[in-house]
Amino acid sequence: SKRTMAVTKASKDQKYDRQLRLWGDHGQEELENAHVCLINSTASGTEILKNLVLPGIGAFTIVDGHKVSGQDVGNNFFLSNNSIGRNRAQAATELLQELNTDVSGNFVEEVCVFNYEHTCLRLGSVLWNANIPFLVCRTYGLVGYMRLVVKEHTVIESHPDNALEDLRLDQPFAELKNHIQSYDLEGMGKKNHSHTPWIIIVAKYLEKWFSEHNFQFPKNYKEKEAFKQLIRQGILKSEKGTPEDEENFEEAIKNVNTALNPTKISSGVDDIFNGEQCNDITSQTPAFWVMTRAVREFVHNDGGGNLPVRGSIPDMIADSEKFITLQNIYREKAMQDASVVSKHVESLLQSVGKVCETLFCKNAAFLRVVRCRSLVEEYSVETVNKDAITSCMDSADGEMVLYLMLRSVDRFYQQHSRYPGVYNYQVEEDISKLKLCVNSLLQEYSLNVNVKDDYIHEFCRYGASEPHTVASFLGGSAAQEAIKIITRQFVPFNNTFIYNAMSQTTATFQL
Amino acid sequence: MADAEEPEKKRRKIEELTEKMAVDGGHGDSGDWDGRWNHVKKFLERPGPFTHPDFEPSIESLGFLLETCKILVIGAGGLGCELLKNLALSGFRHIHVVDMDTIDISNLNRQFLFRPNDVGRPKADVAADFVNNRIPGCKVVPHFNKIQDFDESFYRQFHIIVCGLDSIIARRWMNGMLISLLSYNDGVLDPSSIIPLIDGGTEGFKGNARVILPGMTACIDCTLALYPPQINFPMCTIASMPRLPEHCVEYVRMLQWPKDEPFGEGVGLDGDNPEHIQWVFQRAHERAADYNITGVTYRLTQGVVKRIIPAVASTNAVIAAACSTEVFKMASSAYIPLNNYLVFNDVDGLYTYTFEAERKENCSACSQVPQDLQFPPSAKLQEVLEYLTENASLQMKSPAITATLEGKNKTLYLQTVASIEERTRPNLCKTLKELGLSDGQELAVADITTPQTVLFKLKLTS
Repeated sequence: SKRTMAVTKASKDQKYDRQLRLWGDHGQEELENAHVCLINSTASGTEILKNLVLPGIGAFTIVDGHKVSGQDVGNNFFLSNNSIGRNRAQAATELLQELNTDVSGNFVEEVCVFNYEHTCLRLGSVLWNANIPFLVCRTYGLVGYMRLVVKEHTVIESHPDNALEDLRLDQPFAELKNHIQSYDLEGMGKKNHSHTPWIIIVAKYLEKWFSEHNFQFPKNYKEKEAFKQLIRQGILKSEKGTPEDEENFEEAIKNVNTALNPTKISSGVDDIFNGEQCNDITSQTPAFWVMTRAVREFVHNDGGGNLPVRGSIPDMIADSEKFITLQNIYREKAMQDASVVSKHVESLLQSVGKVCETLFCKNAAFLRVVRCRSLVEEYSVETVNKDAITSCMDSADGEMVLYLMLRSVDRFYQQHSRYPGVYNYQVEEDISKLKLCVNSLLQEYSLNVNVKDDYIHEFCRYGASEPHTVASFLGGSAAQEAIKIITRQFVPFNNTFIYNAMSQTTATFQL
Repeated sequence: MADAEEPEKKRRKIEELTEKMAVDGGHGDSGDWDGRWNHVKKFLERPGPFTHPDFEPSIESLGFLLETCKILVIGAGGLGCELLKNLALSGFRHIHVVDMDTIDISNLNRQFLFRPNDVGRPKADVAADFVNNRIPGCKVVPHFNKIQDFDESFYRQFHIIVCGLDSIIARRWMNGMLISLLSYNDGVLDPSSIIPLIDGGTEGFKGNARVILPGMTACIDCTLALYPPQINFPMCTIASMPRLPEHCVEYVRMLQWPKDEPFGEGVGLDGDNPEHIQWVFQRAHERAADYNITGVTYRLTQGVVKRIIPAVASTNAVIAAACSTEVFKMASSAYIPLNNYLVFNDVDGLYTYTFEAERKENCSACSQVPQDLQFPPSAKLQEVLEYLTENASLQMKSPAITATLEGKNKTLYLQTVASIEERTRPNLCKTLKELGLSDGQELAVADITTPQTVLFKLKLTS
């Protein structure tokens, strides 16, 4: 019933409140419409799923043909000892499902012969062709590994930390110019003077500077300091001649450096504009590219080389009326620009929804596109990223050696149908066998690097174990990357992530 | 040749089977099943090239974790739930958990030991029950308490303490408690009096994990500058010049509610009461409309009133995992612990930064260097109070200042007890000279941020 639905929505809003503040209701909707597939309910796998089930993923399917072993129960929170001998996918599904009744979980009993390399490459190809994002995760001893394989992932809402404001002080649009003109700083009473927004102050003093400096912006450190001094001289003085306490002027001075940043399109966004997808718009083109093209048209035809105005300004010392009026100047310009972009969208092809366009324009300066190389490209001798591997191996104790070791233990598995050092008696004798695998790997890819013996010993020591705390670290990391892909918010990594639990360090490589 | 191979093959087969039993067997007498601790044992029973110099592989080590090692987990929330799971699956059985809160529906998106039916129950109790049921043999002991309810005798019993707190004040208190347990022989720190503190914190997609060896490495107070003070809007903005929706909410919370007392005399604003929040929301919305401010929503209102920090399961999982790995390393000497601070952020890809936070030479908590207070004799006590609260390295909340005058202990100012506050308030306007304080005088300051009084030496400048 409608009432039940309203009650359910309200309690879901309460339950998910803390995460809704991060990705919004629209992000949550994407999450609730998503269906993920986990292959192999190892500890790493169930930890990943836990972090997707808790925030309310729509559905999950576990594919696993293994039977639960005593060892499995020992490191996996979602397997209990009375499930030993049962199908692992089924056992894990039950305990994961129990975490959140909003989520639908099911399982398929199917064995994936985990010769990592072989299976990953085959599965990778299928998913690549089907455009389904693939995230490979593994915990091997104290090492965590993730590989993201997605052809193209576009992000509108990247939520950058420390984004620069879009104030247009170097190129004020007409409405802003008029608004600045309406202020007469010299003729103002004290109260108004002390509560004028710093944006206006900087703009006014910029005009003054222009008239004295042949219409050139303050360019270097010296000139910027002089500009700040010019502003400082504008602070009202008391009858005795001492400067009054005008916090808004102090704000203006503090913000000079960033305020004078020229308005321009970042190279990242420029690259996106020049992307192939941007040029050939068809009825199949995803909304992201249609909008990008529309914004590009705007930039060239209406924006004078600039993106649509973002429309937001930071809070600043000012009285309410002055601040709100100024804020609305920016907001209205942003809405105007967005509707011009809208017209371009219409003329290009299709309507992608009003909300989408406003959101797009607001985020135009922060668009991101992530393209991962395929697994075939990573593993192929012709296309292996030799440079990245060799240069990273300059720091012999960095994370790259761990990547090479993971590749090597997979070779070991191919040769011996087992991983090195699983049993105590194997540790010593497997070291030399594993070393042969390392050398053959390096040779095959013509990698002129040195892998220290210590790492070969260490990886034999690991005995393909999966300590829970390392699996849990990976579980948190991987789940959030999956959420980024699903919600299209925040930016996924590209494309190989390594976690070293010994040193508590991580690295990301593009392989 | 064939003859020689057969006995060798046989020998290997027997070895493998015995190995299998040794690896899969484990402690038969503790009711464990075969293979239960396989993943853990590899790090306790095998030598390795990167182990801690003190590490000795031994089959007894697992027994230490299972039977002897005692861990205290502070907090049973986002980090606490993860910590309990991680420790239990790493072989720890004697775990105590302290948490003063009860379960709220908004916890359920990440505090996975709790279910909708548990709302209202103490977190510590429910968390302990869940883990003890899910992980046979694990004996988590819950304490539905504030950390301040316990004294040294309680904390002293633990080998390692790991914190998943959501308050800097609580962290500093815990930090101070462990520092007070340190003993020095002839000025030399007795290592057996050190209880390692592993501390984790998260906020949205950011987090940090650190290892503190009290008396040896940087403590919480050494790095106080890393914790930025909370944003409080200026009163004049709230009262007469609102610009943001947040200003409108703060106006209602701080000015309108005390005036209107909408739910009765003396009834304070309860952020967890939806009716209260609804009242604040409506009036904040009205105020915003008066000033042409948009953006006041119920969610924003609640966020401002409760100072809500966004939170997700994933960040808590990562940070708690890092902390738990450190607990394991500490308890087993398996590897050199994190030295000593890890920062994590997965807004754009995954970013970590690991560095060694340095001890502060004159840290008010751990340096044993007497703290100086320099003021002219004409300075008012109010100025001293402001210094104690505003100084970045001290950041006290409501310090109580006492001094020994004419052989008697005199309270100069105390805020936390209404009657004493009223009695000592006039002292704030008196000068240090008027109060009879002399150069070199010791002032004892008590505050919620530390379990022990901090001694300051007053230096009267001319």
